[in-house]
Amino acid sequence: MSHDLDGNRISPDKESEDMGEYTDAGYYNLRLYVAGQTPKSLAAIANLKHICETYLAGRYTIEVIDLLVTPTLAAGDQIVALPTLVRRLPPPLKRVIGNLADTERLLVGLDIRPKDFKPT
Amino acid sequence: MSQETTPKHADAIALAKTPTGVRGLDDLTLGGLPTGRPTLLCGAAGCGKTLFAVTFLINGARDYGENGVFMSFEERAVDLEQNVASLGYGLGELVEANKIVIDHVHVERAEIEESGDYDLEGLFVRLNHAIDSIGAKRVVLDTVEALFAGFTDVSILRAELRRLFAWLKDKGVTAVITGERGDGQLTRYGIEEYVSDCVILLDNRVEEQITTRRLRVVKYRGSAHGTNEYPFLIDDRGISVMPITSAGLGHRISHESISTGVPGLDAMLGRGGYFRGSSVLISGLAGTGKSTFGAAFINAACKRGERCLLFAFEESQDQIVRNMDSVGIHLKPHIEAGLLRFEAARPSLFGFEMHLARMNRDIEDFEPKVVVVDPISAFRGPSLEIHATLVRLADICKTRGITALFTSLSSSGELMDENERSVSSLMDTWISLKDHEANGERNRLLYLLKARGMNHSKQLREYHLTDNGIELVDAYIGAEGVLTGTARLAQEARERDASKVRSQGIERRRREMSRKRASVERQVADLQAELETEEAEMRMLIEQEEAQEVSYADDRSRMATRRGLKP
Repeated sequence: MSHDLDGNRISPDKESEDMGEYTDAGYYNLRLYVAGQTPKSLAAIANLKHICETYLAGRYTIEVIDLLVTPTLAAGDQIVALPTLVRRLPPPLKRVIGNLADTERLLVGLDIRPKDFKPT
Repeated sequence: MSQETTPKHADAIALAKTPTGVRGLDDLTLGGLPTGRPTLLCGAAGCGKTLFAVTFLINGARDYGENGVFMSFEERAVDLEQNVASLGYGLGELVEANKIVIDHVHVERAEIEESGDYDLEGLFVRLNHAIDSIGAKRVVLDTVEALFAGFTDVSILRAELRRLFAWLKDKGVTAVITGERGDGQLTRYGIEEYVSDCVILLDNRVEEQITTRRLRVVKYRGSAHGTNEYPFLIDDRGISVMPITSAGLGHRISHESISTGVPGLDAMLGRGGYFRGSSVLISGLAGTGKSTFGAAFINAACKRGERCLLFAFEESQDQIVRNMDSVGIHLKPHIEAGLLRFEAARPSLFGFEMHLARMNRDIEDFEPKVVVVDPISAFRGPSLEIHATLVRLADICKTRGITALFTSLSSSGELMDENERSVSSLMDTWISLKDHEANGERNRLLYLLKARGMNHSKQLREYHLTDNGIELVDAYIGAEGVLTGTARLAQEARERDASKVRSQGIERRRREMSRKRASVERQVADLQAELETEEAEMRMLIEQEEAQEVSYADDRSRMATRRGLKP
């Protein structure tokens, strides 16, 4: 798993998306706020990546923001609890807090309806 | 250790304090809130918690050079600025000047899904950033308990709040944490458990439809503090807390006496007026001129160049000025000269203690030499409370050397009613104004019920409210009792007649006497003249006799010669 905590994008394996897909209704723009490489942060990043790969393969972008580096962003997005996952796209804005260990709640929180996923 | 560096008492080594700048609160906490520690400010809705907290920050930024962070969990920054603007706080300017940072923390439970373990590190990051960005020394969390509505996991919240307060202490900021009053405990979620250095309770009680705000320092670890409930005031000039009144009677006294503004009354008091710094009560029935006495006193003080403060509870400023003009007491020039200030309010506007807090604030602002309260009887309520209020007011005035004049409306013609009795012991001088009704007219009488430290007149005096102020006249006191007004004039006329008759009789006797004297003197002169005549005749006879004797002798000699006898 390759991720970077310095506010960089973690993109799925397919790197060839163009901007048109960003506004696509099925496209997910996610932002994860953490503070340092705490166990909770690392768990959240891992869990999120796993979920996204499972349900949103090819149509998501994850942006990890470390508030220890850029604390000014905390007030703008009304961050109180950490880690916080914000679904910036598609609208409306949604938030999920915690280390995202609870997959059910995360799916509900992100309102994910995978195209070809059928719970068994 | 040398004598100089030895602490004189425990206060010298007591914990550092951060002044709130709220009048009265710093007095009763002996300096302010504990520096570098969190203070819990709790109270029910509408107690003024937020305002208190904002005041703490604004005073810090403006007056003490300590920047502040306001973390609001309820109001948006814009709303907050607008709300406190009505109280004369320019919060926006301080925010623009980077002296205060307002951070609105908004947690909407409906928007948040919880998935797994979390903490409130985001809050810490925001707070830390805000503090560091302006070097804040003061922090307000208002109301941190709102977080309980935003998160489901109470155990995480509690742990995080505990961590937050410890973190604030480590950070060395003086924090004020507000909390909503809960059932049976100070705050709804019991956060007083974590903030235990200083707890201040605000209260807003309604008694007989009148609201009184009160403040109490519940605990203050490591410091002495006033333990009573103190009334406080929120108005367009911010917050002021009624301070601790002098527990003892240690105020300095003055031997100087100042004119009452009524020459006859000055004379009656024996020392030329009231003592400076004393309390004066003027009681009387309606229409006896209590306010006029007060105005005369103010007029005299203003003419001496002293500042006066008049608390009017029944009349407006213009009304008083107009009415006093009619009796030759012109207050308008004094108002224009800035020597006289009116504070007019209906008694029902606040409770006693709020009035007291307001009066105290005004006295501190204006620093008058003379205070007139017209009338104290406008306060309705249990006499115990009125008494307590007046004791405090009298104490405030006495400790500041202010001469206070109170008027009181007597409810009946009795010597004193319950209210008067309760305040009488506070007063150094008590002037009673009476209405005397007889012969189809009312007349006004005045007497000095008491004047501590003065050999005052015991006489009952009649007074008139004339075009030139109050004038005292001698009342007629005789066998028929006290006569006033026309009855007194009639009696005086009768007395004048009687005295005229008496003086005429004396004159007559005097004339008779002189006539008698004249006649006696005449008689004496007559007798004298008679005597002198008789004496003259007598001398003539004697001379004749002697001449005859001589001639006889000559004759005998000649005869003897003739007879030839030898002589």
